[in-house]
Amino acid sequence: MSIIENFDLFAPRLIDKKEYFCPGHRACQGCGEALAIRLMCKALGPDTVIANATGCMEVIASFYPTTAWELPWIHLAFENAAAVGSGVEAGLKALRRKGRIPDRDVKTVAIAGDGGTMDIGMQALSGAMERGHDMLFVCFDNEAYMNTGIQRSSGTPMGAATTTSPAGKVIQGQQTWKKNVAEIMVAHNVPYVATASPSYPFDFMNKVKKARKVKGPSYIHCLSVCPTGWRSASEETIKLGRLAVETGMFPLYEVEDGKYKITIEVDELRPIEDYLKRQGRFRHLTPEQTEKIQARVSQEYNKLLDKVHGLHSWSDLEFEWGLFE
Amino acid sequence: MAKQVGMEVGIAAAEAVGLCNIDMAAVYPITPQSHIAEHLSDIVADGRIDAEFVTVESEHTSISCVSGASATGARVYTATSSQGLMYMHEILPIVSAMRLPVVMANANRAISGPINIWNDHSDIMPQRDAGWIVFFAENGQEVVDMTIQSFKIAEDDDVMLPICLNMDGFQLTHTVELIEFPDQKEVNKFLPVRKPFATLHPDHPISMGTLGMPEIYAESRKSQDEALINSKKTIFKVWDEWEKMFGRRYKPVETYLAEDAEILLLTMGSMGETAEIAIDELRKKGMRVGLVKLRLWRPFPFEELKAVVKKAKSLIVTDRAVSFGGPGGPVFAEVKSALYNEKERPLVYNSIIGLGGRDVTVKDFMKLIEDAAKAGKKGIIKDYEYYGVRG
Amino acid sequence: MKKKKWPETWQEINPGCMVFEPASARSYHTGSWKAQRPVWDDSKCIKCGVCYIFCPEGCVSQDDEGFFRADLDYCKGCGICALECWPGAIKMVEEG
Repeated sequence: MSIIENFDLFAPRLIDKKEYFCPGHRACQGCGEALAIRLMCKALGPDTVIANATGCMEVIASFYPTTAWELPWIHLAFENAAAVGSGVEAGLKALRRKGRIPDRDVKTVAIAGDGGTMDIGMQALSGAMERGHDMLFVCFDNEAYMNTGIQRSSGTPMGAATTTSPAGKVIQGQQTWKKNVAEIMVAHNVPYVATASPSYPFDFMNKVKKARKVKGPSYIHCLSVCPTGWRSASEETIKLGRLAVETGMFPLYEVEDGKYKITIEVDELRPIEDYLKRQGRFRHLTPEQTEKIQARVSQEYNKLLDKVHGLHSWSDLEFEWGLFE
Repeated sequence: MAKQVGMEVGIAAAEAVGLCNIDMAAVYPITPQSHIAEHLSDIVADGRIDAEFVTVESEHTSISCVSGASATGARVYTATSSQGLMYMHEILPIVSAMRLPVVMANANRAISGPINIWNDHSDIMPQRDAGWIVFFAENGQEVVDMTIQSFKIAEDDDVMLPICLNMDGFQLTHTVELIEFPDQKEVNKFLPVRKPFATLHPDHPISMGTLGMPEIYAESRKSQDEALINSKKTIFKVWDEWEKMFGRRYKPVETYLAEDAEILLLTMGSMGETAEIAIDELRKKGMRVGLVKLRLWRPFPFEELKAVVKKAKSLIVTDRAVSFGGPGGPVFAEVKSALYNEKERPLVYNSIIGLGGRDVTVKDFMKLIEDAAKAGKKGIIKDYEYYGVRG
Repeated sequence: MKKKKWPETWQEINPGCMVFEPASARSYHTGSWKAQRPVWDDSKCIKCGVCYIFCPEGCVSQDDEGFFRADLDYCKGCGICALECWPGAIKMVEEG
């Protein structure tokens, strides 16, 4: 039986029982992303407005005339979740200041898939983060354009077979490495950046709560296991999310004011085969290809550790007048 | 008491917005809209209005941003031109389908390519089917008046549609004109605080921008079309109110000496004023000519146009945009099609003029009309022709 | 909100296709999708709530005695609860 870190047997009773993302939505069986949304909303609470990009979660939950959302929700297009979120945040700010809506905090949260975040949505995200809106952006990364039929994105890991990076006779799967958007967010001086996974629900929900408290931009990158796109068993969604962390392929960390901290410590990383072999999208990989990926995963993990041990919090690095002497 | 000032029209547009108690604006600069954006940011930075001013990173974001804010119940404004409007193109139909009352100024400028920053109407024509209410202003006074009117029309519960106000780039936006500004008290009386139909707020969670299956998509589109057609009622009502309060009368189709005209010229935008002088000159020569100026582009003023042109023998429609390989310029195609089934209608000619900022003078208008008169006598109608193109 | 017959006429359709009733997706019973359903052995259940947390549908809830049950109107039979259950108190059973 797998162990969930820091798991208190009675902790489930402490989370909000209300479902803000109600059953009746049309996600696939075992959808990791639907679970992640469900848990995220519990951590956010009712005083939230969601700006959603086009994607799996938008489509499965908002079939007119019904909606699975119990939160105010808006969707415009694929690439502008962060832009719409910026507008919602600015609108709410102005209306509250002018006394036209009740005087209490309402958090704007923009959500998008990996496509709507790091590919087509990159511009809007960068702009929103640079402008410093009081907005949380959550990327639900299922590592491909799943909603349109499992096409590759810049979030697809090396070697994965997708419908636009198939495992053919000459080219086998994705030929580029996964884009690291969390790092891009840190470079935008976003005060709170984190990676998360619904397989570690309390870690995820704590991160959402922390991000919600930030008066300014925050970013969470959530790995969403997709049994349909990853060709994995629907019951293994949580297990795969755990393996992604335990093999170091998706380490769970947070960056607060530039200070890196790994939130789910793994004493000894498992070999990535344990994770890859359970997914049909990697079944074409040869041992040589797997070795290459393993080398890179280890290197990336070391890079992260380097940052954890080496980098200071930005407030520790504040300007010192004596620096020029 | 209203005050009259000489002011650059782009700056006047921003001043007009400043009178309207907007809650939020998002702009991205593009020549020749930039003065509107710049002056609006001055007004906000000086604290003259209390609004969130978001300097976004692209026009696609500016339209998305104001839509998000409009959905929360805020009064919003944006402005763009040419390539910026083309970049917004993806989102424009969504804003009208979602019934968000965004007000946008478009400083008409030619679209690429080749890249050209000067005035014509090729930027607004590709947005014809986006479902927005579209106005054309002829001079600085109209820009100011219609900016203020637009907020009232857009936010009306019977309308709830976004509005694009066109003003010729450089020709209008960068010229200094004499403008009478209503004072703040009068505008406050005319334009109360926005009372939105539905908003994004946790006190009453709703979902906006849902998925429309084939079962209802067509019904949604028809409902939107009906809303746009119906908005004419509110537009006329607001124009009546404006006349009562400020004395200036607005009509969807304006005319100049058209009642007894045999030959009519149709223009949109600031060229109308130059054309009026040409009409005067030709009248002196004894020609029975007149001018029709289209102010309301969408919803298209079918009845008003038909009534104005039916007695004329010829109607020359000037277009400032090209519909490549199509049946003529966009305005010509629409006017001709509007008149097709009428028993009483003029012969319709099309002249494509003033592309990419090329000036159209009084003499040019006179020549256009005289040439059409000659062709009319011989019964010649060409599909469409470019005026003044060398070669 | 007045009950409208589906599919709506163009006059009835909500402006902008807005949906005013939150959580109205509950009217769609995704339970018809499942090929297997979870069955709890209460004697083994330690009432930890893991099945409740990990259900992507959010259709697992506690009964009056604190034991967990899936709402079969919505359960898609993914099997996550059965795999994650610590004491192995949940078995997936074939439908039909």
